[in-house]
Order: sequence, then C-alpha cells, then structure tokens
Amino acid sequence: MTGSTVSGAAAVSRSRRSRALGRRSRAIGRLVFLGPGLAYLIVLLLVPLALILSYTVFRRGRFGGVVYEATGENFTRLLDPLYLDVIVSSLKLATIATVIALLVGYPTAYLIAQLPRKWKTIALVAIVLPFWTNFLVRVYAWIVLLSGPGLVNSALGDLGLGPFEFLYNQGTIVTGLVYSYLPLMVLPLYAAIEKLDPQLREASANLGARPARTFVSVTLPLTLPGVVTGCLFVFVPSFGNFVIPELLGGGRSIMVGNLIRDQFLKARDWPFGSTLTLALLAVLIVLLLLQAWSARRA
Amino acid sequence: MRRPRLLYVPFWMTYVFLYAPIAVLVVMSFNSGDSPYSFDGFSLKWYGELAGNAEIGKGLVNTLLVAAGSTVLATALGTLLAVGLARYSRSKVLDAIGVLPAVLPDLVLAIGLLVFYGTVKMTLGLHSVLLAHTVFGMAFVAAVVRTRLTHADFSLEEASRDLGATPATTFFRITLPQLVPGIAAGALLAFTLSVDEFVIAFFTAAPTEPTLPIVIYSMVRFGVTPEINALATLLLAVSFTVVIVAQRMTRLTESFT
Amino acid sequence: MPRSRYTRRLPAAALAAGLALAVSACGGEAADDTTAAAGPAASASSAQLDPNADLSKQSLAISVWDGYTPKELPQQVKEKLKTELKVTLHANNEEIMAKLTSGTDTGLDVAFVSGQYAQALNEAGLLEPIHPELVPNLANLFPEAKELSYDKGNVFSVPYTWGTTGICYRTDLLKTPPTSWNDLLSPPADAKGKVTMMITERWLALPAIKALGYSVNTRSDEEIAKVKEKLLAAKPNLLAYDDTTFRDRLKKGEAVMVEAWDGWCPAGEKNIDFVVPKEGSDLWVDTMVVLKSSKNKEAAHAFINYILDPKVHGWAASNILYGVPNKAAMDLVDPELKASMPSLQMTPSQLLQGESIIDLGEDSVKFTRLATEVAAQQ
Repeated sequence: MTGSTVSGAAAVSRSRRSRALGRRSRAIGRLVFLGPGLAYLIVLLLVPLALILSYTVFRRGRFGGVVYEATGENFTRLLDPLYLDVIVSSLKLATIATVIALLVGYPTAYLIAQLPRKWKTIALVAIVLPFWTNFLVRVYAWIVLLSGPGLVNSALGDLGLGPFEFLYNQGTIVTGLVYSYLPLMVLPLYAAIEKLDPQLREASANLGARPARTFVSVTLPLTLPGVVTGCLFVFVPSFGNFVIPELLGGGRSIMVGNLIRDQFLKARDWPFGSTLTLALLAVLIVLLLLQAWSARRA
Repeated sequence: MRRPRLLYVPFWMTYVFLYAPIAVLVVMSFNSGDSPYSFDGFSLKWYGELAGNAEIGKGLVNTLLVAAGSTVLATALGTLLAVGLARYSRSKVLDAIGVLPAVLPDLVLAIGLLVFYGTVKMTLGLHSVLLAHTVFGMAFVAAVVRTRLTHADFSLEEASRDLGATPATTFFRITLPQLVPGIAAGALLAFTLSVDEFVIAFFTAAPTEPTLPIVIYSMVRFGVTPEINALATLLLAVSFTVVIVAQRMTRLTESFT
Repeated sequence: MPRSRYTRRLPAAALAAGLALAVSACGGEAADDTTAAAGPAASASSAQLDPNADLSKQSLAISVWDGYTPKELPQQVKEKLKTELKVTLHANNEEIMAKLTSGTDTGLDVAFVSGQYAQALNEAGLLEPIHPELVPNLANLFPEAKELSYDKGNVFSVPYTWGTTGICYRTDLLKTPPTSWNDLLSPPADAKGKVTMMITERWLALPAIKALGYSVNTRSDEEIAKVKEKLLAAKPNLLAYDDTTFRDRLKKGEAVMVEAWDGWCPAGEKNIDFVVPKEGSDLWVDTMVVLKSSKNKEAAHAFINYILDPKVHGWAASNILYGVPNKAAMDLVDPELKASMPSLQMTPSQLLQGESIIDLGEDSVKFTRLATEVAAQQ
C-alpha cells in the first residue's frame, strides 16, 4: 500500500546494512527471500503478460483463436478514432471519479487521523467493511435506490417531485466508480496524514500562517505521496472497469475495460484484445512514472 | 487538536454514501414479497431459501477454500518477498514487479492467466483460481509487511548477525516476531480481496467449480432477488464479526501507518 | 532516487520475453486456420464409440444456462442412465466460449450453446460429431430441425430449444401496439425513453437490419454502415441496452416496449403482449454439443438421447416457455399454457421463415465493431 513512502527510510538503512553483511550470506539471503516470490511472479505474472503482449503481432483465426502469422494490423486498428475516443472518454470518467474520490476522501481521512484512538479504529473499519459484501450486489443496490420506480424516486414522489431518471448515464457510472473505490483512496491518505508531525502545523500557525496557508504549504506537500497512491488505487481499477458501465450505465457508454472484454469474449479476437490491453498498460505505466516522479520530488 | 467544522460535511457524506446501498440491501433481505423495489412486509423466508440453495453452499465452500489456500501461500511468499526486497535488493525493477499485481487491472491479469493456462494445457479447477489469487494477494501482503519493516529495529538484526547468527536464525528470532502484526494485516487483506474477487475467478475457475461471486453473478444477471440480498446481509454480518475479532487480535490500524 | 529509470525498463523486458515466447509458440502450436477448409471439421476424426459401454462407469459434467434444465436432472439421469451428472451454469454464450476455446481442460462433456457458437466450436475442431446411432430419439425431432443453416443434418449439434425475436410490449401503456421494427427504433411519444434493445451484437443489429430489409447474416460494409446509422438514431430514445432484465422493467412499467426473445416475453400476463414485426425476424437455436475432449462420450450421447425423450424435452417447453424442436414433446405441453404464450404456438414452418443466425467467420468482427460504435457514441 505504501511502496513509495518506504524508500527514504530504507535507503538510509541500506548503506549501513551493506557493510555488515558478508557477500555469501547476502547471496543466500537473496535466494531464500527473493527467490520463491519472484519465481512465482515470473511464472504466473510476467509470462502471462508476455504471452498477451506476444499476441499483439498475430491475427485472429476465422472463427476465433490465434493465427501465428506476424502482422502489424492490430496496431493500425488501434489508431482508429473509435478506439481512441473510448480510451479518451475512459480516461475522462476515471479522472473525474478519482478527483471526486480525492475531494471527498481527503477530508474524511484527515478527520479520521485526528479522532481519538478508539474511534479512529472504528472509522477505519467502517471504511473497509463495504468491501466485504459482494461487489455486484452492492452495485445492484444502487439500481434499486436510483431506478425509475426505485426508493429515491418514491421518496421524492411523496414530496410531489419526479420521477427522475437518475440511472443509465455517465453520471451514474462515475457515482458507481467513486462508490466502489473510495475506500482505496481513504486508506493511503489516512496513512500519510497520520504520519504528519502536528508540531509542523503548530509551527506554521505560530509563525502567523492562516490554516488555509498551512494546509497548502505544509500539510498538502507532506501528504502528497499518499494523495498520489490513493489516486492511483482509484484510477487504475476505474479505468479498466467494465461491470459498472454495463450495469449502472445501461450499456449506453463504454470504457476501455468493455472494449477489451468484448474483444476477448464477444469478437473472440484475442490478438486485438491483447493490443488494447497493451494500450491500457501503456497508459498506466505513464501514470506510474508520474507517480515515481512526484514521489521523488516529495 | 483543532478539527475544522466544515470537514465534517464530506466526512459524514462519505459514510452515508458508503452505507446507503448497504442499508437498502439489508432491509430488502427481510422483504416478504419478491420485488426488489418495494417492501411488502417483514419475513425471514429468503434466509430459509438461502439455506436450501446447494449452488450457493458449494460456491461458499469453494470461495473459502480458495481464499484460505491463497492467503496461506500469499502470506508466506509475500512476507519473504518483502524482507528480500527491503534487506537484500536495491533493484527498482524488482520493486516494480513486486507491486505490479496490485496496480494491474484485474481484467489484464485474468486474461493473461487464462491464456497462460491454455498454453500449458492446464486443467482448470479450484487450484487454478487459488494460484491466480495468490498473485495479487502476495503483492498486497508484501506491501503491508514492507511498511512494517521500515518500523522494525534494524540494529537488532545487525547485532544478531554480528554475534554470529545465521540469516535463518536472525530471520526467525529477530525479524519475524517484529513483523507479526504486519503479516496478520496483510493476510487479512489478501483473504478479503480473494473472497470478493470476481473477474479473475470468472476466467480461471473450472465451470464445474464456481466460487461464490461467480454463482452470485449468474444469479443476479436476471436481476437481484431478496435471496441475494439475504446472502449479502449474512456475508456482511460474518465479515463484521471477523473484523471485530481480528481487530482485537492485531491492532489493524498499525498496518496502515 | 532514480526510480523512473528502472521502471522504464520493465515494459521493454516484458516485450522481449513476449517475443521469445511468441517464437516458441509458433513452432509448438498447430495453426487454427486449418479449419478454413470447407465442411464440418469434426467429421474427419470421429471417435469410435462403444454402444454397449457401461455408463455407470462414466460421469458427466455439463454446462448450461441457469434454469434451462430441471433442478432434479442429476437424480433423474442417475436413475435412468446410472451416470453421475454434474450440472454447471454459464451466464451467456460468450463466457462458456472463452473457457472452451482457451485451450485449458475444462472437464466438461456436454455444453449448451446457441447455434452459431456451436458452428464456431466445430470449426475450431473442438466438437465430437454426433453419433446418430447412439441417439435414437433424434427421430422425435421435427424434420425442420435438421434444416438449420449453421448445422444442416445435425452433424455436430442437437437442437434443444428454438424461437425468434420480436417486440414485447405493454398493451395498457401504449396507444397503438407496435407492428414494425421501426416502432421500436423510432418510438411514438408515449414510449420515448421507455424502450430497451438487446446488447448482444447480433441482436443489437437485428431490428435495424430487418427494418432495412437486409439479411441477418449480412457481411456488406455498406449495409452495416446503414444499420449503424439507424441504431445511432434510435439511441436517444432508449432507456438502456439490456438483454437480461427487460422482463422486470416491462412488468414495472419502467419500459413499455422491449426487444425480446419470444419465450422471455411474459405474454401470459395481463397487459403484456408479443409481436414478431412484419419485416420478419431471426431464428435462433440453442443446442447441445459433445466436446471432443470428453472422456465420457458414450454417456454424453446417452444424455442427449435422454433429453430428447418427449417428457424430458417437454419440461423445457413448459418451463422455459421456449418452443422445442420435438413434436412429441410439444404435444405434451398443456394447451392452456400454449394458448397464452406466442412462443409455444409457433409452428416449425413459421419459425423457419425467420432467418437462422450463423457465425460469419472473419466478418463477425464487423458486428463487434458495430456494437462498439453504437455504444461509444454519446
């Protein structure tokens, strides 16, 4: 959860460590500690990813499957404005969802961090708990809440309003994304804010800074790694999502996750599906580089 | 410490937002009618139906088997990896590989694994889901344990080595005990994620061995029923209990700091 | 710390590994394209089956849509055939196709898939041809059931249910009942925003294709472009694309007119009716296929034979409310039920007026693209 925040402390201890360790025991240590996990990840993560990437240069068989004949056509197809539009609109929806999650999640995390210890725990658990019911069931609960004959409309109807059509547009997709991934924003933010030294803020206040100024020039920069991690945790699953656009979007909008799913399942065009996957990975890698860059600056 | 009043607005909004749909599904699980949209009266009959649903029972057993197995595997591998990355490596590439499963879209991992299983002509079953869930479980365990490692006192490890202890002795006597809360929290996280994981299980499970989210998926495709709501309510109640118990045991908050 | 320098190398390394694997894959895998040769690929390598095999030594795993076979089926099969039966569920064709074509061993013996998917599975060499001598109940099928264009003569698939697609609507909430696909595509004022169409690509295209008078199996880019235009024009008047919950929406009145498969339209209920638009429609068939990878092929055939028993097959008609291509079975359906459901009244010859959907091979990606274009348009 906090990969980027680890580096600083680890760097300091590393220089001390290298002196203390003998070369041989280091080699054994590497083998014992790094070996099993990396071997596992190579076989079940890197090889599968490499397989997907290798399909990008082949083409679909007549009735599905892969024909192992090199071709560049998948990449030409990728440049089709249709797919670029979907990628851009997914970027847009995922970004909006991430920004909303940040705007709601930051104050929430900030307050949780300042609650008395007992309440802090309860507040944190309450953030995670919705994750323990089934994802699809939660999404359907939104449909029950928002649909034409649903609860919100009956309540509004009692007030003489409506009925409104809340569902099946991009707004409900964003709502669904924020709902599903908000906890992933709050947790790293909380971790970052919790670590802040309250004396820093006090010092800033004593020097005459207003609360807003203290926030902008002290609190925010120091919690930036948490902000970036949280944004990443919300953005990544939002960007690749396909269930929410289908259920809450009524199938009227699609995101890049739907594109990929449709190529693999509906068109049975694994090579092009792989190419779209590669495009999605490329976007995410750019974002990870940005994260690394901002972590370094912080 | 001063807590600005204004901040309470988004704070409470967050909780209302998170729990509104959950309140709906809990209430609707006690519906005597079968409409998901109108509450016709109180009844426990859907819980009765649930008890008689063999498909759900089997899905639940499968899910628990997969979650338990992948948690054990992910915890062991993830802990070793975290120590290895923090103490025996400076490679940023290895760091990146370690977090990759946690930031990779589930769909990509799911399809990659299906392609891989197909290429090696593997027989699908519960084991194929278990292996898949271990991939991301390990990444989350490693991340949490690493955070804990930065709080661990490194001079103790150094002292142990200086006194001639083998790396194994140092690990088991000094490092591991300090990591226990982090390992427990990581294991809990891996278990949670596995229980609710749908996309990867969907692609890697044998059709004959569905996990609970897959069973629920095939049921809710035709609209949600009060029976599903009853199931979700039960899951929530059980998880709540588990969290409370785990909370007492491991002081969950520490893993996030 | 120069984190980015290392992260940048990662995709490059993955790519290199990918290429290496790709090269090795070229040598190892047989190209799928061998199936391009005309004719059913499966018949070339039909297994020798023993008509006297001891079925109690075999066990079966089948995959079928939820609710598509009776809950008691495993017990019934155990009693009749002495074979252990495991029923697993799939939500849709796409899902089971992904599993079956991935190259993994799914452990399945029999799968229920729609006709055009059976055709694609056969082309991929994944199906065992049906051994008619092991399925004497094939004689119960209507002669028309052997004329289905995705598999003439039931070489690799046996039809289980069949039907057509039309408009299911509320008689009380619509002033004039729909008669044409155009009523769905450009709905009258009282139906605007209360219409759903299906999202599965071939059925998404169907209303526009038929309204324009084209074939459901069109491969023409020009025609598909026209179809797209029509579908885009229809989009603003839609509530949603939906092929699973349209029934509920119609009952609640959230929708007043929906594109529906005949048996899924609750036409037996008050105020709900079903019509096959005047421009015509499709003929879809859900079939049973035996997988080549099955180790229990004798039992698989015995199972299909058992399903074709009029009583068993009749269950499908009376409970799923789709027509079944089995004369003796249709005769067993309760006349009152039959009278209330248009889907059970269709005669085989009426059904065959609908155009049978077939897999279009490399052209089928055109329909995926069409569906993407329609969904992507805001």
